[in-house]
Amino acid sequence: MLEVSGLQHLIHLYCMQIYSWMDTLVAQYPNLVTKEEIGKSYENRPMYVLKFSTGGANRPAIWIDTGIHSREWVSPATGLWTANKIASDFGSDTSLTSLLNTMDIYLLILANPDGYVYTHTNDRMWRKTRSINSGSSCRGVDPNRNWDAGFGGPGASTSPCSDSYHGPFAHSEIEVKNVVDLIKSHGNFKSFISVHAYSQLLMYPYGYTCADVADKAELDSLGREAAQKLTSLYGTYYKVGNICNIIYPASGGSIDWSYDSGIKYSFAFELRDTGYYGFLLPANQIIPTASETWLALKHILEYVRDHPY
Amino acid sequence: MGFRGFIVLVVLMGTGGSPTAAVSLKDESAHPNFVTREQKDPTVEEGRGDVMATGELNPSHFPARRAAKVVQHYLNTRYGSPYRLFGLEDVHSATAEDVADTGRRYHLQISAHEIISNRTQKCSADVFFPRGEPTQPPEVKASCEELLQNTTAQEEALYQRYKEGHSLLSAQYIPDSQGHIEPDVMPFWHLSIVASSFIMLHESTENTLYNMAQVAQITQLETERKELKFDSHMLLHDMVSQEILHWKLLFTWSPAEGIKVQQMQQIPKPNH
Repeated sequence: MLEVSGLQHLIHLYCMQIYSWMDTLVAQYPNLVTKEEIGKSYENRPMYVLKFSTGGANRPAIWIDTGIHSREWVSPATGLWTANKIASDFGSDTSLTSLLNTMDIYLLILANPDGYVYTHTNDRMWRKTRSINSGSSCRGVDPNRNWDAGFGGPGASTSPCSDSYHGPFAHSEIEVKNVVDLIKSHGNFKSFISVHAYSQLLMYPYGYTCADVADKAELDSLGREAAQKLTSLYGTYYKVGNICNIIYPASGGSIDWSYDSGIKYSFAFELRDTGYYGFLLPANQIIPTASETWLALKHILEYVRDHPY
Repeated sequence: MGFRGFIVLVVLMGTGGSPTAAVSLKDESAHPNFVTREQKDPTVEEGRGDVMATGELNPSHFPARRAAKVVQHYLNTRYGSPYRLFGLEDVHSATAEDVADTGRRYHLQISAHEIISNRTQKCSADVFFPRGEPTQPPEVKASCEELLQNTTAQEEALYQRYKEGHSLLSAQYIPDSQGHIEPDVMPFWHLSIVASSFIMLHESTENTLYNMAQVAQITQLETERKELKFDSHMLLHDMVSQEILHWKLLFTWSPAEGIKVQQMQQIPKPNH
């Protein structure tokens, strides 16, 4: 079993190991961290979000999700390390502490638990959910084409066998619906950050169109500063831009939905590497990846704290 | 230094119903339309998904990056070995122009990173994507500034070990799920990436971005010939469609002959 404090090295963990680790984190930092079930997955696994809060009622909040595409293992690994980092630095890091005194952080480490389990048991390259598609022998929907933002538009497939199948309708996937419901009923999220791998990119909306968002200048500048912070640790270079131009047109994506829902500071990370290991990033790169990414995340969080709206 | 540049592909048509690819790759692009022309429209246009940009391209945007990835695959087919492997480091500048109705040509300034020696060098390249059905592979011309590191001794040692050895290489899932590779399998991982680059180069279009995802299986076969011979099952990842493509690849390698693809065949991904 992992020690919670001072994670010296990580391997890519199983779903149940991550869940039991969450419990140990909550037990170690009971005044800061709680675990909330936001609903179940298609295969009835609980979806747990870690909430970092020093109190208040419905404070402005920041959303971070990892692992929505199950084969991108460095993403939930980064989520886990980041959860530990937030908990252990609270109280000693002035900036983080001031942030948590006025805002809450929600961290969904496994946004697609069924897919993640499947990558361990059956197919390391599985990306989608594991829902049954009626009329097809192919399972699963791409959970990042399933959001109600340009749904069914470019860059999403109509075929259930495709890895970018958008699903029968927006929010058809329970994993997506659970998050949508939480965000909507909370009503006070100020930032929405989704973490993927690979390609080393930091992107802002839109994917469903290449047209600029109204806040493009601000998001671009914030993204560039965050990327520079990331690079400062080990020299890892990230490209910054909107999804549609940087990577591809892609409709039905989560950060397009969050932006169009009024959450201005919406970003997507594509973590290491640029294709050498790709999805199979070795475990010895988890901590370097998470550490450098934290510098970018922290920069964004501080900016969100300092720019209330 | 003395690296054999000309790589001949000999393709044997497979039996059975699965589609096979007849491959004939030109070493240097000799397409008749590969003539320098004045650019008609130097204005910048942003990529809008289905309308591909022309003129000066934003080097951070996907049209330039996809073309640059093709150059990476080309460099690996041309110069790659178990001890020499290129990655795309960066795109510095790019232009694109339509070439009558025959296709689109990109001109790129990139940096290529030789992963094993950890050296980066600048390259200038042309990539021509032909239009029409059936889709033809792109044609690439590239020149890079630095001489290649000499890897002959390492290649010879590897070759001798597996030519004379008592057991034939047989391995699967490289890297494994945790991203781990046994040290003495590393050269075969690199060799597999290079061999897969022939597939990736052949299959590349303006709407693909290929990386090798994993070697599902690689088996060394007995052969009377000088070269080492391998049967393999490669998993390729196309970033644009997000699909994992399964390919069977039969190839040979020796330090003298380099890599020769004997058969490449896409196979359907398992349905689940």
